[in-house]
Amino acid sequence: MTHVLKLENLEVVYNDVVLVLKGLSLAAAEGRITALLGANGAGKSTTLKAISGLLESEDGEVTAGSVLYRGRPVQGLPPERVVRMGVFQVMEGRRIFEDLSVEENLRCGAFVSPRAEYAANLDKVYGYFPRLKERRGQLAGYMSGGEQQMLAIGRAIMAKPKLLLLDEPSLGLAPLLVEEIFEIVQMINQKEGVTVLLVEQNARAALNVAEHGYIMENGRIVMEGPARDLLQNPDIQEFYLGMGHAGAKKSYREVKHYRRRKRWLG
Amino acid sequence: MEYYLQLLINGLVVGGIYSLVALGFVIIYKATQVVNFAQGELVMVGAYVCFSLTVQFNIPFVWAFLLTLGFSVLLGLLVERLALRPLIGESIISVIMVTIGLSSILRSLVQVFWGTQIKVYPQVLPVEPVVIAGLPVAPVYLAAFVLSALLFGIFSLFFKYSRLGIAMRATAFDQQAAQSMGIGIRNIFAMSWCIACVVSAVGGVILGNINGINSQLGYLGLKVFPAVILGGLDSLLGAALGGLIIGVLENLCDGLAKEFLGLSGVREVAAFVVLVVILMIKPYGLFGTEEIERV
Repeated sequence: MTHVLKLENLEVVYNDVVLVLKGLSLAAAEGRITALLGANGAGKSTTLKAISGLLESEDGEVTAGSVLYRGRPVQGLPPERVVRMGVFQVMEGRRIFEDLSVEENLRCGAFVSPRAEYAANLDKVYGYFPRLKERRGQLAGYMSGGEQQMLAIGRAIMAKPKLLLLDEPSLGLAPLLVEEIFEIVQMINQKEGVTVLLVEQNARAALNVAEHGYIMENGRIVMEGPARDLLQNPDIQEFYLGMGHAGAKKSYREVKHYRRRKRWLG
Repeated sequence: MEYYLQLLINGLVVGGIYSLVALGFVIIYKATQVVNFAQGELVMVGAYVCFSLTVQFNIPFVWAFLLTLGFSVLLGLLVERLALRPLIGESIISVIMVTIGLSSILRSLVQVFWGTQIKVYPQVLPVEPVVIAGLPVAPVYLAAFVLSALLFGIFSLFFKYSRLGIAMRATAFDQQAAQSMGIGIRNIFAMSWCIACVVSAVGGVILGNINGINSQLGYLGLKVFPAVILGGLDSLLGAALGGLIIGVLENLCDGLAKEFLGLSGVREVAAFVVLVVILMIKPYGLFGTEEIERV
């Protein structure tokens, strides 16, 4: 199994002082979905931005380690170069262009792909998301949260990426919509053969579609393994899936007790 | 009656030039969120360069005009690279201060090279007026109006249908998201400055043909503020109509004040009265984008 993406001992510093990633290593296998899980502020989004090059506009910098995409170091490259190499990040919070129409948003997604492929890619997106087709002429800002997330993923498909970085696609969506979005992510992964690195707080949804998972805390990976094993791991169940030891729902009264029993170093 | 129609035509022509300069202003604002206080000076530089090429270097006017456009592209690149790019990510107020500084520098440079005397453009178009609907109109006025309309048409299509135009609008809305699509925002910034310089230079050359040029030409930029605020800071159509309305209003007010009150100089303030009123009743302007709020 080849790894499309490899992060090795990555360190990222914001504003020259704040160390956010502290020697993070992970790998994403070709054609598979890899999940990166963790709590707020663990550094998940930073990890994705270090790959896509979007760190630069936030005053962040890779100070050590490397990001290897197909064996080539890409850390520190400007984002437009990275996108042209086939890496596309769908940013957290959807970030659609609200005062552009749906179709204009999709054209922006196709900015780096050849003009000749535009029509075919557009059809493909409308095939995945018929609702976008219905609203193609509408201003994107007036769509619902779920539709906006579809649009954000649709924009990514327009770019025909080889590696898709998804940052919290479930954010702020109702459970049914989350399911729909994840089904589509799975479908894109299988049909288009796109490698996916999925950052999520919704650990259960993510591990259900992913092949492999990483758990991140405080700028480091603290645990990794096949998604199946992670779902069975008592600690993961405890801290990320909200179950008690026996797999039963736990009471919040006992949380403190279990906190002390965390088995890895944060 | 003929007096007022004449005022109206003058207003439309001057307004057309305001619209052009406002177009440059709006393009920069749309793509980079920078309020460019040096817009009037870009007009002035364009006008002087074209003047120099025709009168001092004896180049035929058409070629001189094209060369001026080329020069404007370079000027845009230079200004963006030297003055604006180091400021990416800095606060709005710093960027505004830089454009104000830029305006002084450009104005002084013009005075250094060409002095402060009025310069007269050579006669390019025939002087014989064309008669439109019974009114004599100078050909240069007509050309000014047609040229402005043409440029507006071109840029409206560009922003609506071309990939680059749409990318520029996207960059205006969310720079980081635009970057994540592979849009090189530095290129977009450079490009918007080039376009702004080119349309301003066209405005400058037209003005020069009508009135001659002097080093006060840069203050025209101030008149453009009422135009863009009336139209809405980020709307092309708004810039076009805003410019025309301001042009016509100031000419009519000036004419009326002269006729009935014996006052002169109303032209200079009329536009700003409009500006204040607009800000009170419609702060987004006639066509400006209001923030989208989903409820």
